[in-house]
Amino acid sequence: MNRRTLLLAPLGVVVAGAAGVAVLLERDYVPSALPSMLIGKRPPRFRLPAQPPGPAFSSADLAAPPRPMLVNFFASWCIPCVQEAAMLRHLRQGGMKIWGIAYKDKPADAAAFLAENGNPYARLDSDLAGTVAINWGVYGVPETYLIDRSGIVRWRWAGALTREVVASRLNPLLRRYA
Amino acid sequence: MRRLPPARLTPFLLALFLLAPPAHALVDPSEMLQNPVLEKRAEAIGRQLRCLVCQNESIEASGASLARDLRRIVRQHVAEGWSNRRVIAWMVQRYGSFVLLDPPFEPLTWLLWASPFLALAGGFGTVLVLRRQPSRPPPPLSAAEKEKVADLLAR
Repeated sequence: MNRRTLLLAPLGVVVAGAAGVAVLLERDYVPSALPSMLIGKRPPRFRLPAQPPGPAFSSADLAAPPRPMLVNFFASWCIPCVQEAAMLRHLRQGGMKIWGIAYKDKPADAAAFLAENGNPYARLDSDLAGTVAINWGVYGVPETYLIDRSGIVRWRWAGALTREVVASRLNPLLRRYA
Repeated sequence: MRRLPPARLTPFLLALFLLAPPAHALVDPSEMLQNPVLEKRAEAIGRQLRCLVCQNESIEASGASLARDLRRIVRQHVAEGWSNRRVIAWMVQRYGSFVLLDPPFEPLTWLLWASPFLALAGGFGTVLVLRRQPSRPPPPLSAAEKEKVADLLAR
């Protein structure tokens, strides 16, 4: 190797770095997104009061759903929750079981939100203090968790469920765990 | 017209700014533990924990509502006599090692921790390669080149 070829080394580093970034972008890498610690585990034990119109559910009710289902943390004060409301309704119409947990929301406010945006939830809890959400590792709303038939969390999505997210991420997982 | 403070006051004002304790925490006095020793410990723990919402601040420095809830939990656990290690482990169990502002040494962060040493090794390698191959003296000039040099020097 002579000095001239060595001059190309920085260029090589830059090209390798650019290739790495391209791969990350291709995989929809979101640097601020956190991996959930619940993946492959059961949800933490909890018992919460019902969020009207309810009825309430506890961790025991998530132990063995007949089909994979979603648990969705939402709040009336959350803008992306309004954005994903239509998608949740759409999933519900498609036969998906979705249970909701109102995060740090006054029950009356959450009820008004559901009356206005439609209620896609078959069961509803109110986590007024937000402590159950912290046990799940929730760091914002909305967050959606996929629970398989053995009650294991398989996927967590932080942010609104968009058409792209459902098509590219949720649907393949639903097929896998059906 | 407003006047600036006289120049002789400047060193005094400067000293005042420099001596003022830095504002560390956003902690509301009502959040603080009564026991100052425990409160100090809780603050020290909180400064090591990342606010998951803002991500570049500790939960002690953040105004986010989740940060406030996590501060409260840290204080609750400290008041219950938990060790620092146990309080931090409780957070890591829920939010992963990302919640630690100081990244731990684990498989995911091996490259991160190794990068300074890799860079250093790369530098040494470069130097070694260059040393092993001392630049050869350039080949002697051809007749045409000698003529050109002579021509240039004659100008």
